[in-house]
Amino acid sequence: MSAATDVWVVVEPAAGGRPRKITYELLGLARTLAGPLRVHAVVAGRAVRGMADDLAAHGAHVVHVAESPLLEPYTTDAHVQAVGTALAGAAPGLVLIGSTAAGRDLAPRLAARLDAGIVTDCASVAIEDERVVATRPTMTRKAIARVAFGDGIRIAVVLPNVYPPAPAEAGRSAEVVPVAFNMDAGDVRTRVVEVSAIKRETVPLTEADIIVSGGRGLRGPENFALLDKLAKELGAAVGSSRPPVDSGWVPHDYEIGQTGKTVNPQLYIACGISGAPQHLAGMSGSRYIVAINKDPQAPIFGIATYGVVGDVFEILPLLTEEVRKLKSAQRAGG
Amino acid sequence: MNVVVCVKHVPDTEAQVRLRADGRGVDESGLNFVLNYYDEHGVEEALRIKERLGGTVTLVTAGPARAVEGLRAGLAMGADAAVHIQDQVVAGLDHIGTARVLAAAIKPLPCDLVLCGKLATDDNAGIVGPALAEFLGLPQATAVTKLELGDGRRATAHREVEGAVETLEVRLPAVITVERGINEPRYPSLPGIMRAKRTAITVRRLADLGMSTPPTAHVELLQLAPPPKRQAGRRLEGEAAAVVGELIRALREEAKVL
Amino acid sequence: MDFTLSEEHRLVQSTVREWATTRLLPRAAEMDRAGAYPREFIRELGEMGLTGVFTPEEYGGGGMDMVSYCIVIEEIARAEAALAAVLSVNNSLDCYPILAFGTEAQKRKYLPDLARGRTLGCYCLTEPAAGSDAASLRTAARRDGDGYVLNGTKVFVTNGVEADVLVVYARTGGEGPRGISAFIAERGDPGLRVGKIEHKLGIHASSTCEIVLQDCRLPRDRLLGEEGKGFTVAMATLDGGRIGIAAQALGIARAAMEDAIAYAKDRRQFGRPIAEFQATQWKIADMATRIHAGRLLMYRAAWIRDQGRRHSLEASIAKLFASETAMWAATQAVQIFGGYGYIQDYPVERHFRDAKITEIYEGTSEIQRLVIARHVLAAAERTLESPVEDCRPARTAHD
Repeated sequence: MSAATDVWVVVEPAAGGRPRKITYELLGLARTLAGPLRVHAVVAGRAVRGMADDLAAHGAHVVHVAESPLLEPYTTDAHVQAVGTALAGAAPGLVLIGSTAAGRDLAPRLAARLDAGIVTDCASVAIEDERVVATRPTMTRKAIARVAFGDGIRIAVVLPNVYPPAPAEAGRSAEVVPVAFNMDAGDVRTRVVEVSAIKRETVPLTEADIIVSGGRGLRGPENFALLDKLAKELGAAVGSSRPPVDSGWVPHDYEIGQTGKTVNPQLYIACGISGAPQHLAGMSGSRYIVAINKDPQAPIFGIATYGVVGDVFEILPLLTEEVRKLKSAQRAGG
Repeated sequence: MNVVVCVKHVPDTEAQVRLRADGRGVDESGLNFVLNYYDEHGVEEALRIKERLGGTVTLVTAGPARAVEGLRAGLAMGADAAVHIQDQVVAGLDHIGTARVLAAAIKPLPCDLVLCGKLATDDNAGIVGPALAEFLGLPQATAVTKLELGDGRRATAHREVEGAVETLEVRLPAVITVERGINEPRYPSLPGIMRAKRTAITVRRLADLGMSTPPTAHVELLQLAPPPKRQAGRRLEGEAAAVVGELIRALREEAKVL
Repeated sequence: MDFTLSEEHRLVQSTVREWATTRLLPRAAEMDRAGAYPREFIRELGEMGLTGVFTPEEYGGGGMDMVSYCIVIEEIARAEAALAAVLSVNNSLDCYPILAFGTEAQKRKYLPDLARGRTLGCYCLTEPAAGSDAASLRTAARRDGDGYVLNGTKVFVTNGVEADVLVVYARTGGEGPRGISAFIAERGDPGLRVGKIEHKLGIHASSTCEIVLQDCRLPRDRLLGEEGKGFTVAMATLDGGRIGIAAQALGIARAAMEDAIAYAKDRRQFGRPIAEFQATQWKIADMATRIHAGRLLMYRAAWIRDQGRRHSLEASIAKLFASETAMWAATQAVQIFGGYGYIQDYPVERHFRDAKITEIYEGTSEIQRLVIARHVLAAAERTLESPVEDCRPARTAHD
């Protein structure tokens, strides 16, 4: 079987009657992969037909709609049934699902029901030599795997933030196809009792957008206060490389690296960290890296977006003050 | 309550991993293998359930001969029994196939609840748990951070979804995959290790599970490669105040992160 | 000949390593500074069975062998050496003599709590004037009615401050080793008190103190073993204890080497990591070689003990070699760290201070050489063959 196929996207509805951002990212990818063939969107929810125009504008040629009060909020049983019904009829060659809490819950079960191939955490999906090939980080990011799908239904669960969202083009329309969904409430074996927003005192390292991290160059536990101050201004989490942990300067759960946590923030500020491979393994997925180190030979500069050659004890207070000024100006400006 | 915990024996996440020259896998020589981190949480949760409600804890794994050490580690924590699906075809299974085989092994066991880690730290896939739930025809709750068993017919599960905690009521029996934070796994004790050594581990081949032919794999690993190297960016050197000013400007205007 | 650890030995190793790395190592520098260890550590170690590794399961222990014990002590010492001393004393110097020489009633009374970390033990042999020459001890145990009254002062008692169960050696008869008996004293026994608390060079987190016995009356059922056989108890105890000290020393040596390797890969001078300089590489190669050799000596001594065979010579050889390796490796590590090795911000100066005690306690290096020389010379008179026993086909006691 050739890999040229219609590409299906499982839509993840968000609040406000629009899909989540990942859906647009998947539609963009689907357009690329489908080439001259068609892009299908499957959307399941209480009243989601209204999304069809928006999905069409972002590239869907066909929108399959399953509507039922049972389909909102998301439950595994109802959504596997709805999406599975739509897919089973068409047996598409490629299905894209976002790697979100719901997507990771849905996709494997769908694959089991449809006897499909599945690859999770895809950082890329491409058609190479008539095969669908995905890449994904694996072994706690110590390796990148290239995985080829076989024939049949292929389900790729794609990481958010790796593909640009499809731009909207006005004037496109899609064929709307209803999906038969007849399930009794009694067949849904889980019930969402409550959804409550998470309140956090401090941002957990693995979820932080910005991380300020210290190494041996901080010379002692008392100097981590400099990082705390900068982190407070930035709304950042504080981490460390291994030596401060081994020396007892900071608790074990600060450690980022091969023996600690793996993080992928938008911004990583490494202070007095030389950049041993064990540390880089835990933070090199960061979008932007700032390194502050007085040793111009330090390996951390080899991967830093911005490498500041200088004394952390001089740079950090200045940087904290400048960030403070900037943030208060931003607040004043609304 | 009888709990089945699916476990996997994986390379220690602290180990330096060497990729095989052919790129088709990891060089296992000298590599330290441990019970998957998330599965330890599964075993711990099962033991706490057993301590509260009675019943048994049975471990199930599909893997090579060395995987017996992962089972021993779980038995040393306090599990009662273990099933090892050991067949040369196991290595060639994809995740869906593995879930099929595990389901076949679990079906004859006394089982009110199946616990799995949310993923295994070797391939980070997170597929087996939900797929297993499908093959067993059971409801599921994934990435659960808190589990409360009520009357034994229903459980309440908390799971962290993007920015929120979802509270689910799930009918039992069910398959629950557990996230870190659900508990603090105990360390095996020395008497536990001695007991584990005396516990007979049931070995099953695919034929014993009524599977004459192994499930077909739908995906194939082409290559494992080291992650791409990052390129060095720009050096900012000079007088401290000027450097900081330039850094702030770059983070605002180029990176747009401030 | 098979040099691989068994499945359960590997499980013991990975379990203790995990605990030591996550719980103990992060607190090591703080414990060293504070001169104390968190009390909950003893409870946690007790729950894991590490306070009674080779105490049989029927007395609440781990029921494992001496090889397991070596693994446990090495892994704990690799993270923090003082806690290894605390454990070593409880296992080797307290549980062991009660297990080997105690009455059934004594075993039932003391071992379950000692083995589960609910009580802590210590060993009172050394006196101000009787160190290496332990047989000259002068603490007196006078018969008095249906018991004994003890008078004297014991020094350098590890765990003495916290101990609940004290194994005490005192003189019930005339001069020399045959006049010595062993007793079990308990915290709170009238006339027993903690004396001067010592401030040590290293292993700060463990206590070392005097135990003062002043008309300390012990009932007859506190006699451990037969009257006049105390020196046999002491020496049999020390054979096993020395294997434990070898394990502690190797843990310290490994910590020094592992920290030195990490630093040498990270620290750059002259434009490259110092690990690329041969001067560093040779130090590390020699550390690795000596640690490997020491570990083989230790496992072999433990294995012979597990066979129930005499192992005084092997225990002394292992203890001597491992402790001198620890001191030597810690010295090399300080040198690799340079100026940073001499300050307290980095762990190697702690390893350096901690290593020294292993050359001193449970028999100084000089005493070990004396023991080794006696065995070797005596054997040489009997036969020209090596006095070191040949390996029998591999079969471990726990099989």
